[in-house]
Amino acid sequence: MIEVQHLTKRYGRVTAVEDVSFRVERGEIFGFLGPNGAGKTTTMRILTGFIPPTEGKAIVAGFDVFDQPIEAKRRTGYLPETPPLYPDMSVVEYLTFVAKIKGVPSAGRRQRIQTVMERTRIDDMANRLCSKLSKGYRQRVGLAQAIIHNPDVLILDEPTAGLDPKQIIETRELIKELAGDHTIILSTHILPEVAQTCQRVVIINKGHVVALDTPDNLTARLRGSETMYVQVDTNGLDAVGAFERVAGVTRVAESDRRDGLVGYEIESQQGRDVRRDLARTVVTNGWGLLEMRPMRMSLEEIFLSLTTEETPTPAPASTEGELVHE
Amino acid sequence: MSNIIAIAQKELKSYFASPIAYIVIGLFALLYGYFYVAILAYFVRQSMQMSEFGGQGAQAMDINQQLIRPLMTNVTILVLFVMPMVTMRTYSEEKRSGTIELLLTSPLTDFQIIMGKFLGALALWVIMLLVSMVHLAILFVYARPALRPLASAYLGLLLLGGCFISVGLFISSLTKNQIVAGMTTFAVFLFLWVITWIGSFSGPTVDQLVNYLSIINHFDDFGKGVIDTTHVIYYVSFITFVLFLTAKSVDSERWRA
Repeated sequence: MIEVQHLTKRYGRVTAVEDVSFRVERGEIFGFLGPNGAGKTTTMRILTGFIPPTEGKAIVAGFDVFDQPIEAKRRTGYLPETPPLYPDMSVVEYLTFVAKIKGVPSAGRRQRIQTVMERTRIDDMANRLCSKLSKGYRQRVGLAQAIIHNPDVLILDEPTAGLDPKQIIETRELIKELAGDHTIILSTHILPEVAQTCQRVVIINKGHVVALDTPDNLTARLRGSETMYVQVDTNGLDAVGAFERVAGVTRVAESDRRDGLVGYEIESQQGRDVRRDLARTVVTNGWGLLEMRPMRMSLEEIFLSLTTEETPTPAPASTEGELVHE
Repeated sequence: MSNIIAIAQKELKSYFASPIAYIVIGLFALLYGYFYVAILAYFVRQSMQMSEFGGQGAQAMDINQQLIRPLMTNVTILVLFVMPMVTMRTYSEEKRSGTIELLLTSPLTDFQIIMGKFLGALALWVIMLLVSMVHLAILFVYARPALRPLASAYLGLLLLGGCFISVGLFISSLTKNQIVAGMTTFAVFLFLWVITWIGSFSGPTVDQLVNYLSIINHFDDFGKGVIDTTHVIYYVSFITFVLFLTAKSVDSERWRA
C-alpha cells in the first residue's frame, strides 16, 4: 500500500532523511518512532506530497507521490503535527471546505461529514468556531479532516501529542478502529503508544532507519531470545566451555572482564529457564557467582539505546550492534 | 473548476469572518464618498459660475469628463492603500498557521489554489466597487451622466484591482509575515505608481518604456470612457504573468521548505 524506496531529503547541507526504505501493507498500523528531529515529519511530508524528496521515491496506493501527486493525494489523508484548522470557520464549515477540496462528491457530502463527525466524536461541537476548540477537539477535527474523503492511506503526525491521558486513550482507540479500512502510518516519540497501537515499527534516528520490526519482536530480539547476564569470579579461567555444555544454552559470549571478574552473555532457547543449571555449573566449578540477571529491555530502553548518542550503559546492555546492521 | 470555486469561497468568507472585509470596505466607501463630495462641490461651483457668466457655458460642463473622470483617478490612489490589506494575508497566514499543509496535500494543483485565492480577493474588490456605486446612483437621480464611460471606468478599476491583487498575492507567497507582506506590497504598488517619474528626464526610450509599464497610465483611457484593447491586454497579461510568478514561488517553496 505504501512503498518507500531509498528516500533522501537534504536541505542545503543538512540531511534530514537518508536512504529510508520500508513497505507498509494494506490495513496495517505502522509506527514511526524517533526522537524529535529524527526525520519523522520530513518523511511524512514527502509521503503526502507536501515536499519532494531529494532522492528516492515514495509510492502511495499505487501512485508515485511525485509523478502523480493528484492521484496519490486523493487516496491519502494527512494530519500534520498541528491540525491545519482555519480559526474563523466553524467545524462544519471547515469540514465542508475540506470535503470539497478533497473531492467528496456533493451528493452525500453532508451525510459523510455527519458520519465523520460522529466517528471522531466532535458532533457536539459542529457549530463551534475552530479557534474556540480545546486542544483535544482540535486534534479530533484534524483527524476528521484526514478521513473525510475515506482515503486508503492515513498519515498521522504525532496524533496524540498534547492530549490528556483520557483523550490519548480515546484517540488510540479511534486509530485502531480506523485501521480496518485504512492503512495507517503514525509517528510518535512516545513508546507505549507504539507498543499499544502499531503492528510494525520503524525506529528512525538522525534520518536513518535504525530498526524495523513488530514491537514484540523488537523487544524479543533485544532480550536476545532469553539472554542471561552472568558475572563470575573464575580466578582467570575461561568459563565459556563450561557454560556452553549446559543444556539449552545456545551461545555464550564474554562481554566484559575486569579485576578477574568476567561477565558473560548467555543465550538460551526461548522459554527454557537455564538459571538453575547455570548456577549449579558455577558452584560445581568452585567459582564465585557475583551476578545473574535476565537481559530484558522495554521498548523504552530499546529506543533509548538505539537513539542515544552517548551510551554510558555498561557493555551488557549494548546489544545495539545487532540492530544497527539491520 | 469546482476546486477553484471552493477556495475562492473560502477566501471570501474568511475576509468577512475577520474584521478585514468590513474595515476595507468601510474605509474604501468612506474615502470614496469624501472624494466624491469634494469633487462634486467643486463641480457644482464651477457650473454655477459658468452659467452666471455665459449662457452656453453650462453645456460645456460635462459630468463624465469633469466629475467622474477625476473621481476615478482619485479612486485609483485608494486602491493603492487598500489592496495591500486585502492581499497581505492570503498566503502568509496559511503558511504561518500551517493550513498551507492542508492545501498542498489535498488533491489540488497549484494553479487551482492560486486562482481560487485570486478570485476570492477579486470578489471582495467587486463588492467594494458595488458599494461605491451607491454614490454614483445618487448622481443618476439628479443628473444624466453617460452610462457607458462609467462602465468602462469600472472595468478599468476591476482590471487595475486585479493587477494589484496579483502582485499582493505574489508577495504574500514569499513570506510568513503578514506585516512584511503588506509593507512590501505597498512599496511595490507605490513604485509601480511613480515609475513614470523617471521617464521625463531619462530620454525618450525610457520614457516610452516606463509609460508602458505604468499600471496607472493604462487606466487613463478607461477613465475617459475608452476601452482600448491595448490596455485590456496589458492588464490581463500583467495579471497572468504575476500569477505565473506566484505559481513559481509556491512551487519553489516546496523545494526549500
